[in-house]
Amino acid sequence: MQPTTSLAEAVSFASPSGALSSFWLLIAIPLVSAAILLLAGRRADKWGHLLGVASVGVAFVLGLVYFFQLHGMNNRQGVSLNLFQFMPVGRLRVDFGLLYDPLSAMFVLLITGVGFLIHLYAVGYMEHDPGRRRFFGYFNLFVAAMLLLVLGNNYVMLYFGWEGVGLASYLLISFWYLRPSAATAGKKAFLMNRVGDAGFAIGIFLLFASLGTVQYDQVFNNVNKLSAGTVTAVAILLLVGACGKSGQFPLQAWLPDAMEGPTPVSALIHAATMVTAGVYLIARSHPIFDASDAAKTVVVCVGALTLLIGCVIGCAKDDIKRVLAWSTVSQIGYMFLGVGLGGVAYALALIHLLAHGFFKAGLFLGSGSVMHGMNDQTDMRRFGGLRKYMPITWATTGLGYLALIGIPPLSGFFTKEPIIVAAYHHEGWLGWVLGTAALIGSGLTAFYMTRLFVLTFHGPKRWTEDVKHPHESPKIMTIPLIVLAVGSVAAGGLLATSVVGWLTPVFGEQVEHGENWWVTGFTILVTLAGVGLAWALFSKGTALAEQPAGPVVTAARNNLYTDAFNEAVFEMPGKYLTRALVFLDNRGIDGLVNGLAAAVGGGSGRLRRTQTGFVRSYAMSILGGALLVVAAMLAVTLG
Amino acid sequence: MSTFPFLSVLTVAPAVGGLVVALLPKDKPALVKRVAFVWSVAVFAVAVAMWVAFKAGGPQMQFRESYPWIPTWGVRFTFATDGIALVMLALIALLVPLVILASWHDAEGSRRSVPLYFALILFLESTMIGVFAAADVFLFYVFFEVMLVPMYFLIGSYGGQQRQYAAVKFFLYSLAGGLFMLAAVVGLWVVGGHTFDWQALRHATFATGTERWLFLGFFLAFAIKAPFFPFHTWLPDAGGAAPAGAAALLVGVMDKVGTFGILRYCLPLFPNASKYFAPLGMALALVGVVYAALLAIGQKDLKRLVSYTSIAHFGFIGIGIFAFTTQAASGAVLYMFNHGLATGLLFLVVGMLVARRGSALIGDFGGAGRYAPVLAGVFFFAGMASLALPGTSPFVSEFLVLVGTFTVNKTVAVIATLGIILAAGYVLWMYQRTIQGTPNPALEQVEGMKRRLSAREAVVVTPLIALILVLGFYPKPVLDVINPAVKATLSDVGKSDPAPTAVAVNKEAGK
Repeated sequence: MQPTTSLAEAVSFASPSGALSSFWLLIAIPLVSAAILLLAGRRADKWGHLLGVASVGVAFVLGLVYFFQLHGMNNRQGVSLNLFQFMPVGRLRVDFGLLYDPLSAMFVLLITGVGFLIHLYAVGYMEHDPGRRRFFGYFNLFVAAMLLLVLGNNYVMLYFGWEGVGLASYLLISFWYLRPSAATAGKKAFLMNRVGDAGFAIGIFLLFASLGTVQYDQVFNNVNKLSAGTVTAVAILLLVGACGKSGQFPLQAWLPDAMEGPTPVSALIHAATMVTAGVYLIARSHPIFDASDAAKTVVVCVGALTLLIGCVIGCAKDDIKRVLAWSTVSQIGYMFLGVGLGGVAYALALIHLLAHGFFKAGLFLGSGSVMHGMNDQTDMRRFGGLRKYMPITWATTGLGYLALIGIPPLSGFFTKEPIIVAAYHHEGWLGWVLGTAALIGSGLTAFYMTRLFVLTFHGPKRWTEDVKHPHESPKIMTIPLIVLAVGSVAAGGLLATSVVGWLTPVFGEQVEHGENWWVTGFTILVTLAGVGLAWALFSKGTALAEQPAGPVVTAARNNLYTDAFNEAVFEMPGKYLTRALVFLDNRGIDGLVNGLAAAVGGGSGRLRRTQTGFVRSYAMSILGGALLVVAAMLAVTLG
Repeated sequence: MSTFPFLSVLTVAPAVGGLVVALLPKDKPALVKRVAFVWSVAVFAVAVAMWVAFKAGGPQMQFRESYPWIPTWGVRFTFATDGIALVMLALIALLVPLVILASWHDAEGSRRSVPLYFALILFLESTMIGVFAAADVFLFYVFFEVMLVPMYFLIGSYGGQQRQYAAVKFFLYSLAGGLFMLAAVVGLWVVGGHTFDWQALRHATFATGTERWLFLGFFLAFAIKAPFFPFHTWLPDAGGAAPAGAAALLVGVMDKVGTFGILRYCLPLFPNASKYFAPLGMALALVGVVYAALLAIGQKDLKRLVSYTSIAHFGFIGIGIFAFTTQAASGAVLYMFNHGLATGLLFLVVGMLVARRGSALIGDFGGAGRYAPVLAGVFFFAGMASLALPGTSPFVSEFLVLVGTFTVNKTVAVIATLGIILAAGYVLWMYQRTIQGTPNPALEQVEGMKRRLSAREAVVVTPLIALILVLGFYPKPVLDVINPAVKATLSDVGKSDPAPTAVAVNKEAGK
């Protein structure tokens, strides 16, 4: 029952004409704005945020114009534009080249559209922060990098944007850099992303070594020339990159820590854009993944495992932003599951990505609005009864919440449930495992989201002393909330019908599964059970908000010990290794060569003094150095 | 074809400038600095003119000049440059004025003569240009050794703690390497037809054993100079003790003589031995990439840390050279250039931080971004360039080295790629411990920390930042100059790029 994919004809992109020939402006406008904001210094403090918002707004309008241009074209495979030669050496031809096709058009609208709303919201949210101009500078940089990521026409451009996004997210997460926790979180995000990036980079090298090109069209048209092993290797390497950027297992640990940044950052990084980059990478590389069943199996397993991890940890967290962060990890797991299934599920995963962009951005901004009114408190056990005080936030968050857990007819229902159905359609026992994981996931999602909603807006007040009068946020913050909520309500149904057709030029015609009422009914049932259980447990009051901690809950609160694992396996040994090496280098290798130098140079007394008494270190270092060189020689001869 | 003797002028002019500066009265430091700066800018202008006159598609060696020196041995003052040397010459001419500007107050702290400091920098420039411009092996050797002298005095007389120790160590290491090279130079003359002319020697052939010994003589000198593991330990001491400006020249330019020498002398003159020893060279370079990066993470002193990062970067250059593919070799040359910009900037900014704080120890900083936000931003930018972020020029060179190496040796390329994770580690951790986090209470007491970026400092960093960014997006002008020279070098070795494997199975690349 594996859905078949057929690329009707070879991939080929036209040259842009008319308005489309200027689509590089999409990247240039936010980039220039970022440069102005970061270079102008204090002088721009007064108007900087306005420029920041305007540049993304203009980009959104341009995105719409280009979208309709592409819509009106007969051949919608896309247009490709080579701006200039980037790295021409030998056979390697990397151009600074861009591609505008249905897939990137969709991402452009998501990034600039949701991005614009978040920018607008941040004007209010960051009003009292002295670094607001810098913040908008980073924000614009992020949008520009993200747009380059989705608009590149080769893998090097994708990588360029990819690392640029990583830089911007680092800057945003550690925005309040004098806080040690923010600095650490930023570094952690950058490092874990670099692990993924290294995998991605090696994947690009492998593509070049075997095909002699990194250009999308040439790669995709020649995938069939690659051996099965090479295709799988490339796909897995790309997946490593995708896991890093999208917070998927085993590189998920940085994402919840990214909450150290200001709330609009969380929304931007999590919901709308950055974490969906991994999904984009896989969807963009679908001819490669389609050519390797093994790689696809790995992708679905990563997706299913991550969605469960995210749900379980989400149930145990008390910090409102962290619950949402883990929820994001879990929802991206659904998207990975979708793109890993392939075929018709490519479009499903992307529809879920779009819908998720709306409701998760709304939820993050809603949580920011709550924090804004509650003196930056994030502990849900210190909320309660806020519905009366923040009616707009309550209503918009409520709609986002219902959309996320997939209550019909809100968007999540149209986007998540089909992925579960598609998972059950996967052949063999794996389909049952995947489907059931996704099903359990939706029950858990309903549980933790209900818990979040009830603890925040309902039940008795559990506020801290300093909160006297919680208040609704100003209009500049609530308007984006309302727009996003409307999107959460309507998007699913609209998207589900139109996006599949829109993306056909990218993924080819797909065989539909047809409905499966049995799975649909069961999904709704499990969801309602989750809602009911959470409601029964948490709507009453204080006592139950403070959960008893059994071993499972404790494990979940500690992120299932993944951080502890990283620390024990990578961080501590790494620290000891560097310390040992520093010692060895100073005492051993240096001392040894000093001794030689002293002998050669005729015995400088100064040098001789440093070398006495370290004979054992010399021996150690000779051994260590020799081992290193032998190991490296081995690596070299391995080829 | 231009007949202006660019190379001899570029070599001699800074030395003349150095003499003039040294003879200026000691009690007029302001005048001394201005003369030195203007002189170095004039040299830079000549270098720019030379770049413009250089024909990328023309003959490999251009602007050749030759004057008799010691006729009985066939030693001549021969200068000529290819694209590889050209970019290095441009780098020197660019960095020296900036270093002079950055070192404006450095010499005042020591009790030594201020004019002498700037004279030494100009002498250093002269010898460094000479070493890259020489096309006569003996002349090259002379510059290679003489270059040590001004640097020795810059470190030993104007350096920080342990400067004497560091200077002596630097000198002895380089001298030891130089002696091996001298032996090889003499040997080359004996078996190579009694000439030192590079063009002529290029066509000489040697017996296998002889060629290998000659290669080793040159290689050892270059490996110490570059430096490669395990000959690297002099660099952190020298880089840590040298004044920041001198350190920028030491690491940014002088060390490149090592990798340049391998490209110019080892590969074309001893192609068979180069191929024979390539695995060894690559192995040493690869160890350097990982080993030095780990050591950089463990450093407690900013200048030593940056020195170790450079050793890791030289590892990348070494890998690129010994991979024998156009991408890797062009990447290596571009790396030499970009590393000079990025690490030069990093050293100069570290120098500004150290000058403010009065200490290079990382533990003496912490939360410094609160006091010097703009400087912190520049420091961050230099760090990003150092870890080869796309958008900065080092990304292009690192990518080229890795992709070119991958086509011939996947294991090495994969291990070296892991080095980019370590690079992120040392850069970000350095930044976190100095700039971010809770401000160190001691900083509040240090008046200098609150000093804003002065106009002089802004002029120092701006051209470097601009160049790093421009070449990060559009490296083609430099690549166009490098590519033909690299192609010629590789054809001397008799290597060409492998065709795409298309159907090869690569198990080891899977993870």
